[in-house]
Amino acid sequence: MEGTQRRRRRWHIAVFLAPAMLVYTAIMILPLFGTLQLSLFTADGQSRVFAGLDNFRRLFLDPRWSASFWNALGNNFWFFIIHMLVQNPIGIGLAALLSSPKLRFSAFYRTAIFIPTILSFVIVGFTWKLILSPLWGVAPNLLDLVGLKSLFTPWLGKEQYALTTLGLISVWQFVGIPMMLIYAALLSIPDEVIEAAECDGITGMSQFWKIKLPLILPSIGIISVLTFVGNFNAFDLIYSAQGALAGPNYSTDILGTFLYRTFFGFQLQTGDPYMGSTIASMMFFIILAGVCLYLFAIQTRLRRYQF
Amino acid sequence: MSSKATTSLPRTIAAHAILLLYTAIALFPVLVIIVNSFKSRNAIFRTPLSPPTAETFDLIGYRTVLAQGDFLLYFQNSFVVTVASLFFVLLFGAMAAFALAEYRFRGNTLMGLYLALGIMIPIRLGTVAILQLMVASGLVNTLTALILVYTAQGLPLCVFILSEFMKQVSDDLKNAGRIDGLSEYRIFFRLVLPLVRPAMATVAVFTMIPIWNDLWFPLILAPSEPTKTITLGAQLFIGQYVTNWNAVLAALSLAILPVLILYLFFSRQLIRGITSGAVK
Repeated sequence: MEGTQRRRRRWHIAVFLAPAMLVYTAIMILPLFGTLQLSLFTADGQSRVFAGLDNFRRLFLDPRWSASFWNALGNNFWFFIIHMLVQNPIGIGLAALLSSPKLRFSAFYRTAIFIPTILSFVIVGFTWKLILSPLWGVAPNLLDLVGLKSLFTPWLGKEQYALTTLGLISVWQFVGIPMMLIYAALLSIPDEVIEAAECDGITGMSQFWKIKLPLILPSIGIISVLTFVGNFNAFDLIYSAQGALAGPNYSTDILGTFLYRTFFGFQLQTGDPYMGSTIASMMFFIILAGVCLYLFAIQTRLRRYQF
Repeated sequence: MSSKATTSLPRTIAAHAILLLYTAIALFPVLVIIVNSFKSRNAIFRTPLSPPTAETFDLIGYRTVLAQGDFLLYFQNSFVVTVASLFFVLLFGAMAAFALAEYRFRGNTLMGLYLALGIMIPIRLGTVAILQLMVASGLVNTLTALILVYTAQGLPLCVFILSEFMKQVSDDLKNAGRIDGLSEYRIFFRLVLPLVRPAMATVAVFTMIPIWNDLWFPLILAPSEPTKTITLGAQLFIGQYVTNWNAVLAALSLAILPVLILYLFFSRQLIRGITSGAVK
């Protein structure tokens, strides 16, 4: 009786799980490992030969590859740093303002500030390209209003500014995500804690720094790791605004655009799936390292408070 | 309490000032594009910051877009891909979430972790092998390829969120159903699914936005004319018409508006979903 019951139960568990597991395994997990595996092979005429770690050696050491790779990796880190230094503090600040009780129109502000986040990279990329274009006078006109017209240069077209500009555009687009998550975390702080702080005379700014900020540190940790994964996987914005060549002169090239060019080829270079897999594998290891660092080093040290 | 209100009046004004300023920064670029898309070419350049007047109002950009691009087809492709992927993500995701939340069996935790892997590791990193798989199965340049990829992409987060919610459905209700002789399938479809509908709506919005906006997979798996999505179509169209500002602005506005309207409809749902701590 017990046995037949258990066997019957197993069948419908399998039915419930099977479709999701099949699609997920076939389309996501197997190709991921397939890509890792391909990075160990190379083309020899028509056939595929095992090459060990040669591809990685080429990527790091062969001057034709390594210059582009280190450039893309460095740019990607700068892209990430911009997000951490600009996007997350602004998001936290906006959330702190929004979460103050009795603030009117807070739903309106939340809805409006989140709008850029729902737009596609294509829209965002071209919109900013037009606005920053020296042909169209929007950006110079605006700077003129505050008397700073002399500051204007075609930011997206200059090597030294282009990557930072794109980073800030991406910040503009995604600031809504840290804002929302921190806002949720701030709302979940119980009133008693805040009231207790007020009884002790801790209000305003010092209340934020001493009481609320320590309590939302776990959420800040999650946002940081989400930002990391998103940035090291980015492609669309750079591709929309600067094209596959990530101009000017590769100054906005990040790992995503580098992978695309290597895999598909561009201009005279033909596509190379093996080197493409090698770059994708490096992205995989970088993201995995970041996620593990977060899970084992940061998350376990953060003190969590149960209410 | 009243003393607090008086002391915080300047602070409230400052808070509103900062929030208004940031709202303006967030909305300004979008507004500039939409406003200028209704103007004649001269007015776009001469007075980019003023709204269209009777003299400068011009729909030439929209006429160019609708005459040149196959936007209706692209729109339809995006719609089919998004709706179909969403359907499969929600159905398969809810089924798996139910199994993980409801039954104790060997490997339960392990399967949960296995599925959670996909929340952190982006599916894009497997692109090289995904393309080979699609070439081998003859699915390149079909919408099916996109639907499969987006289903796999959406499943991990969907299972993760929905299983949290399904754990909260009362056991008494399900056991009452079992006593009445309902099969496990009926319990899932008749009792549990209706109860987690709000959570499903949240997951739907989260899943929908990245699918609709994605450029990478349409570019790689389905770039042919009959399978282009609106994001890819707009990208190529704008690239070609770069010097025709009316057309570019109109194309951008056409790409913005459907998403914006949908968002305004669902923003309450989306924001409630995020702030209820569904995503942690």
